[in-house]
Amino acid sequence: MRGIGASLVALLALLLLTGARDPILVPEVSQHEVNLQQGFTGTELLLFGAILTPEGARAAQDYDIIVVLKGPTQSVVLREKQKVAGVWINVASTELRSAPSYFAIASSKPIDRIVDDKTAAIYELGLKWLQLSPIGAIDPEEQQRFSAGLVELNRRNGLYREEEGGVKVSEQVLYQARIGLPSRVPTGIYTAETYAVYKGRVVASASSQVEVRKLGIERAIANFAENYGFAYGLLAVFVSVGMGWLAGRLFALI
Amino acid sequence: MDVYLPIANLSVNGLIIVGLGALTGLLSGMFGVGGGFLTTPLMIFYGIPPTVAAASAASQVTGASVSGVFAHTRRGGVDYQMGAVMVAGGIVGTGLGALLFNLLEQLGQIDTVINILYVALLGSIGGLMARESIQSIRAERSGIPLPARKRRHHPMVASLPMRWRFYRSGLYISPLAPLILGMATGVLTMLMGIGGGFILVPAMLYILGMSANVVVGTSLFQILFVTMATTMMHALTTRAVDIVLASLLLLGSVTGAQVGAQFAQKASPVKLRLILAVIVLLVAGRMALGLGYRPDEIYTVAPL
Repeated sequence: MRGIGASLVALLALLLLTGARDPILVPEVSQHEVNLQQGFTGTELLLFGAILTPEGARAAQDYDIIVVLKGPTQSVVLREKQKVAGVWINVASTELRSAPSYFAIASSKPIDRIVDDKTAAIYELGLKWLQLSPIGAIDPEEQQRFSAGLVELNRRNGLYREEEGGVKVSEQVLYQARIGLPSRVPTGIYTAETYAVYKGRVVASASSQVEVRKLGIERAIANFAENYGFAYGLLAVFVSVGMGWLAGRLFALI
Repeated sequence: MDVYLPIANLSVNGLIIVGLGALTGLLSGMFGVGGGFLTTPLMIFYGIPPTVAAASAASQVTGASVSGVFAHTRRGGVDYQMGAVMVAGGIVGTGLGALLFNLLEQLGQIDTVINILYVALLGSIGGLMARESIQSIRAERSGIPLPARKRRHHPMVASLPMRWRFYRSGLYISPLAPLILGMATGVLTMLMGIGGGFILVPAMLYILGMSANVVVGTSLFQILFVTMATTMMHALTTRAVDIVLASLLLLGSVTGAQVGAQFAQKASPVKLRLILAVIVLLVAGRMALGLGYRPDEIYTVAPL
C-alpha cells in the first residue's frame, strides 16, 4: 500500500516537473528567399513548426503561439501635415532611428488575452508596441501620435499587419500562420520570431530568417541605376528618343 | 499584365501604365503639349512614389516630342538659334531645379511646393486658355471676327541689354529673354516632371512675340533637349528614373501621340483648346482639393 502511494506521489511529481519544463520550438518558413522580379505581385509566407518537450515528444499542453515577421529597420523622417492658413503643409516632424520597413504579427488569440501589456512591450508584440527610437527629446503624447500615424500609413500600404487568430495550432503540437507580403515589400534580411506563451509568460522563442531580394534583370537595373547613374541616364534618354523616333517612322508608313 | 518596377519597388498593372501613356500621348499629339502635367499626378494617384513619378515622366515627354520635332523640322518650323538659346537656359535651369529639389526635400516641403506650383500654373494657364477659346467660339458663332492680336514682345523684354537678330522668329531682341524663359521651364521640368510646353507656348507668343509658325516647333525642340537633360539630372542625383516604368509610358505615349496628331488635323483647333483647358483646370482642381480640403496622406515617411 505504502509502496504504491509513494510511487504515485513520485509519478505526480514527475508529471508536474515535465509540465513546468519549458518546451522547445522548431520553426520553419515555407521559403527562405523571396525573389522580387517580373511577375512578383506579392506573396504569402507560411510560417509553421512544432512545439515539443525537450525530449522531443509532444508537448501536450495548450500553448499560445505568436509569430512576428520583421523587416530590416531604417532611420526615417516622419512628417505630419497640418492646416496652416487654409493650406495643408508639413509642419511637424520627428526622426525615428529604428522604424521597421515591414512588420507583421499573427497570434493564436488576441494579443491582450495572451500576455499583459508589460510583456507585450518587452517583446514588441503588436503594432502599438513598436520600438521606433525617436531621436531627441520628444514628449510621450506627441510620440504616441507620430507612432500611430506611421502605423496607420504603413497598415494601409500593407507593410504593417496584425492578424489576431492568424496562427492555427493543431493537436497541441503543430502551428502554422500565413503572412502576406505586398509587392512593395522592401529588400533585406527579415527575421521570423516565434514565441510560445503559457499563462501569460513567454516560455520559448525561436527565430529564422528570410531574405527578400531583387533577382535577375530587376537586380541588374537597380544596381545599374545606383552605381552607374550617367550611363543609366544615357540609356533612358536613348530608349525614349529611340521609341519616339520609331513610332514616328512606323506611323509614316501607314 | 503585372509588371514589377525595379526602381519604384512595386508591382503595377502594365496595361494601366500603357493606357496612361496613351492618354497623355493623345493629348500631346492633339495639342502639342508634352502631357507631363497629367502623367505625374495620375501616377502618384496610382501609388507610384512621387519622386519616381516625376523622374520617369520626363523621359516620356522626350519620346512624345521626338516625332513632333521631326515633323516641324521638315516644314521649317524650328528656329534653331532661338531653340539653342532656350536649351542652354533650360540646362542651367535643370541644374538649379536639382538644387532646389534637394533643398526642399530636406526642408520637407517638396510635395507642398509641387502642389502649389501645379495649382497656380495649371489654374492660371487653364483659365486663360478657357477664356480665350470661349471668346473665339463666340466670335465664330456671331460671325464677328475677333480683332487680330498685334504681335509684339513685352516691354520688359525690350528693356534687356544686348540684342540679337532671330531671323526665323522675326525678332530683334536680347537673348537674355529666351534664356531666362528656358531656365524657368528647366526648373519646372525638374521639379514637376512636366515638359513645360503649355507654359512655353503662350510665353513665346505673348512675351517674346515670336512668329506663330515657329512657336510650336521651337518649343518642342526646347522640350526635347531639356527633358533629356532632366532625365540625366535625375539619373545622377535622385536616381529615381525607373526605366521599366518609362518604357511602358513611352509605349503608350508614342502611339498616342501619332493618333492624336492625325486626329488634330480633323478637329477644330478652337474646340481642341477648350477641351485642353478643361482638362488642365480639372487637374488643377484635384490638386487644390488635396491642398485646401484634405490631403491623401497626413503622414509621409522619407529615409533619413
